[in-house]
Amino acid sequence: MTTPASLAEPVQDNTLVLNMGPQHPSTHGVLRLVLEIDGETVVRLRPEIGYLHTGIEKTCEAKFYQQVVPLTDRIDYLCPLTNNLTYCLAVEKLLGLEIPPKAQWMRVLMNELTRINSHLVWLGTHAMDIGAMTVFLYCFREREDILRFFEMVSGQRMMTSYFRIGGLALEPPIGFFEKVKKFADRFPGNVDEYEGLLTGNPIFQMRTKGVAKLSAEDAIALGACGPTLRASGVDIDLRRDAPYTGYENFKFKVPVSDGCDVWSRYVCRVQELRESIGIVQQALAGMPEGPVKADAPKVVLPDREKMKTQMEALIYHFKIITEGFSVPAGEVYQAVESPRGEMGYYIVSDGTAKPYRVHMRGPSFANLQALSKMCEGYLIADVVAAIGSIDVVLGDIDR
Amino acid sequence: MALTPPILDIEHLKSHPALARLTESIPADVQAAKFDRDELTIWVAKGSIREACAILRDDRDCPFNYLADLTCVDWYPSEPRFEVVYHLLSIPKKERVRLKARVDGSSASVESVTSVWPSANFYEREVFDLFGVRFTGHPNLKRIMMPDDWEGHPLRKDYPVEGYR
Repeated sequence: MTTPASLAEPVQDNTLVLNMGPQHPSTHGVLRLVLEIDGETVVRLRPEIGYLHTGIEKTCEAKFYQQVVPLTDRIDYLCPLTNNLTYCLAVEKLLGLEIPPKAQWMRVLMNELTRINSHLVWLGTHAMDIGAMTVFLYCFREREDILRFFEMVSGQRMMTSYFRIGGLALEPPIGFFEKVKKFADRFPGNVDEYEGLLTGNPIFQMRTKGVAKLSAEDAIALGACGPTLRASGVDIDLRRDAPYTGYENFKFKVPVSDGCDVWSRYVCRVQELRESIGIVQQALAGMPEGPVKADAPKVVLPDREKMKTQMEALIYHFKIITEGFSVPAGEVYQAVESPRGEMGYYIVSDGTAKPYRVHMRGPSFANLQALSKMCEGYLIADVVAAIGSIDVVLGDIDR
Repeated sequence: MALTPPILDIEHLKSHPALARLTESIPADVQAAKFDRDELTIWVAKGSIREACAILRDDRDCPFNYLADLTCVDWYPSEPRFEVVYHLLSIPKKERVRLKARVDGSSASVESVTSVWPSANFYEREVFDLFGVRFTGHPNLKRIMMPDDWEGHPLRKDYPVEGYR
């Protein structure tokens, strides 16, 4: 790809244009930043994206509703279950489908484990970008446990597709809750470990405090969301403000900080780790009994056993697989608090078995716009800290 | 596939703060409204979409100060072909509203809302890139996802899923 002339030309005489990425280790994927620098100070920063564009939105239009679920895994690949959840909630809203309580609680449980998983990757890589190598190894140790839980319920470590339209793919296996319980009891101690390595560390503090500031007004105007917005002092969390899938039954605090810098974003996310494990504990303690799939034979695939014994189940199975299920015409926008902020799915249905339009509102895409404002006036080394602090996932940006 | 007919029950929905404010300020340009599945949609005339956004952002009682999403739907072959969709969120009041502007296929352009929310920048570039709808007054209207020399706009309905043959 040729570099357009406008990108290579500096605006001022005494500045230099420096290309960072797309193959730079600290850009967490294929993010390319065009920096205009004066000495070591960043004068202008322009993100160039699209290297990971796969046209998922276009692909969705050619698939049946249930076939889109595995595609959503691949958007924000650090929190596949949150993608699944958002998509399923949107389609269920279009269908007007009621989800049984056990499926809802399982969704909350898995969603919070996903949040911890995603925050652990963020914490490890963010600290490593700044120079603290050890934390990475500790974080990935716990992440491995969570990936094993994903494998237990769905057979997959990352691309789980565990949430389906109308409930869950499968019952959780025997012994699953005990293992999660053991992990949840141990995990607050692990967070203490990470904090012991970073929170009191003077080098980490110097690299993050007062760096890449973003005021609340700028954050709102530039569309920042999630922990990036909350670290600028804006108290918003969709789990609390617009509860979905039964979050209104859980008690948790929303960490907000008004420091507006990289350090505050770190503090918010680490607090979120602790709140999330609290939600996991509540979900384990109150897990209801019952089915994990909605009673909607035209939408939800029947159990294998029923298929082998009941004629209707076999017919429904055949019809769902071969011609999908039609969804009433209409449109919905479903927003969910993903680890990175507001993840929204806008689905337009024309009454057929394939979505007319699926649009994913990626939280990283929104947060990336705030990056220029954060970095201008700071040093190149601070850009690395700033990228880590907004926790970009390129799959989510480029889609 | 025809365009879904909007329900013209503006009178019925007037209690909603966003609709009340818009019908008060620009009554001639509020074309239709629909309340479906707990979500309010307001169709605004294309020419005054920026004004409508600015009015809602600066509303004193319920400021819709956050642009949650901006996208587009292609209703090919109907005309007006495109619907540009704005999802607004009020952070203080936790309210949401969806604005829509219908845009003709022949001269697909609409006024940019980057002056109201700078965050519209990337979203409008994305819509321009994938749908070919131009945004007048946008500071940097270039392709964002596809390469600069790409031909066509992939999310248009007349663009094939597997590429031209």
